[in-house]
Amino acid sequence: MELLVASAIGILTAAGLYLVLRLRTFPVIMGVSLLTYAVNVFLFASGRLTVGASPILIKGVETYTDPLPQALVLTAIVISFGMTAVIVMIALGAYLGSDDDHVDDMADHGDPMPEDAQ
Amino acid sequence: MTHWIILPVVLPAILAPFIVLSARYHIGIQRVLSVAGILALIAVTAGIAWVTSDGTVISYRLGDWAAPFGIVVVGDRLSTMMVLLTSVLALFVMLYSIGSGWDDRGRHFHALFQFQLMGIMGAFLTGDLFNLFVFFEVLLIASYGLMIHAGGNARLRAGVQYVLYNLLGSTLFLFALGAIYAETGTLNMADLAQRVTLIDPAASVGIRIASVLLLLVFAIKAALVPLHFWLPSSYAEAPPPVAALFAIMTKVGAYAIIRVYTMIFPPDLEVTAGLHGLWLLPAALLSLALGMVGVLAARKLDRLVAFAVIGSMGMVMVAISMFTPVSIAAALYYIVHSTLAAAALFLIVDLTRAGRDSLHLQARPPVSGAALTAALYFTGAIAMTGLPPLSGFVGKLMILDAAVASPLMVWTWAIVLSASLISVVGFARAGSTVFWKSVSVERTETDPVAPRPAALSYVAVGGLLALLVAHTVFAGQVHKYMGEMATQLFAPDRYVSSVLDTPGKLSGAKEEAH
Repeated sequence: MELLVASAIGILTAAGLYLVLRLRTFPVIMGVSLLTYAVNVFLFASGRLTVGASPILIKGVETYTDPLPQALVLTAIVISFGMTAVIVMIALGAYLGSDDDHVDDMADHGDPMPEDAQ
Repeated sequence: MTHWIILPVVLPAILAPFIVLSARYHIGIQRVLSVAGILALIAVTAGIAWVTSDGTVISYRLGDWAAPFGIVVVGDRLSTMMVLLTSVLALFVMLYSIGSGWDDRGRHFHALFQFQLMGIMGAFLTGDLFNLFVFFEVLLIASYGLMIHAGGNARLRAGVQYVLYNLLGSTLFLFALGAIYAETGTLNMADLAQRVTLIDPAASVGIRIASVLLLLVFAIKAALVPLHFWLPSSYAEAPPPVAALFAIMTKVGAYAIIRVYTMIFPPDLEVTAGLHGLWLLPAALLSLALGMVGVLAARKLDRLVAFAVIGSMGMVMVAISMFTPVSIAAALYYIVHSTLAAAALFLIVDLTRAGRDSLHLQARPPVSGAALTAALYFTGAIAMTGLPPLSGFVGKLMILDAAVASPLMVWTWAIVLSASLISVVGFARAGSTVFWKSVSVERTETDPVAPRPAALSYVAVGGLLALLVAHTVFAGQVHKYMGEMATQLFAPDRYVSSVLDTPGKLSGAKEEAH
């Protein structure tokens, strides 16, 4: 199971990094989402992998799983979800406004130096 | 008195939704509420800064759960000084936004401003690494809104870059936190400081990776070269009052580096020895050089100031990366100076914009009020480039003095001094083109005629510059206090014991958990 989880995190991260390095906003946002999935699984695994164990104290139960990473993952999921929504809205606004969805700076930051008065 | 320390976080958190709900369409009421909130913040933060100034560490347990199980908010000399600096900066930035009318160019400026303050205050006060992440996200999501305030395509495009870069930074932060938790089983800073010393130096791979990942995250926030790419476009395109408030955001990164790398991973810790000491100073020198070369190369006034911010963060990081009490004291002095100077310059850039069709470094016809703006620019530039008599010069002397003991002393002196020279040339060239050459340009019929900026705008900029003057005049006292602060940072026992040994709910369980 360790191998499965570790390779899942690795593949998600690799794919995310590849997409983040693209030039247009849609693949970049997809890449960021993949990276946040990877980090969520990674956080979950940081409390060690335990199968079928309870996170809350129960009488007579000997093995427990660490509940803290689960709480951290919950927070991280909520935050990354909100952040993705924000970036989609801003990117959409920028695309509809300038009819161009590249993430890099436009040449000369969109307004070339006026030539007069030099 | 015990509950006051949480107020800098709670007050903006309550005020922001209140502004949205009750005064959404009334800019006048929003302004009154916002300024009143910031004045109350100044009073509270000045109070807790006064209480901690004798070396007391205030630790506040939320819900009375004992650390490391519960969440703690901690105030020591450093964090209370930073929250006081934030609230004072916020007042002048807010006065400028009101005076210039920037807050009325889109909705929810005041609510977002308060949320931004909440995030910054929380990041300075928290005693828990995961809450540091949460407060980073709070300040970031508010800054996304502020960054694209008043709209416009160029601003939205710069906003996309800014948000994407910071999302990647947040993801990296989570990877670092996961690695730290997997290695130590805690994210409470005081508890971490104790547990990392227990790690076997032979099995330190995980904690070394985690410590470097965490440093990368904070270096992104502090805009350290080569992780600075988000800064020039976003600071130049953001509304100027927002950029002025952002001057404190890069310092959040610097603060986090100081806090984590003096308390949790101090330079003499065996498991992480020789990691950040090796390349942090060269990277800081590189950002100083690159920032100041950028000042010289910039073709627009707003980008020039953005690159000056990178350069001055480089200067701060040069001092921090030597990790001695003397150098940290110099860094803290320079942090206050650089925050005030950068904020003042961003506001002055906006004053310059009045009456010009663009901020390109070209002569434009003279406009009324330009003489006063030019004088303010001149003062701000003297402060930023570190010429006498203002505090930039004093701060630079302290950093050069601290560098004497460093093995890279020659490099540090050479780069700091030549970068200063380059920045002086850059600022002087920009100022003489923008302000002096305008006399030789004839006014044509088509040139825009702009009204003089409001008096309140000048009051705000003048207030920031007056604080810089005070920072210079009282440099002796301030530096002495920063020295005490650095001593406290390098002896974190009191911080650790104040967090871990104060009893609360579940106090007994801690012994069993160990």
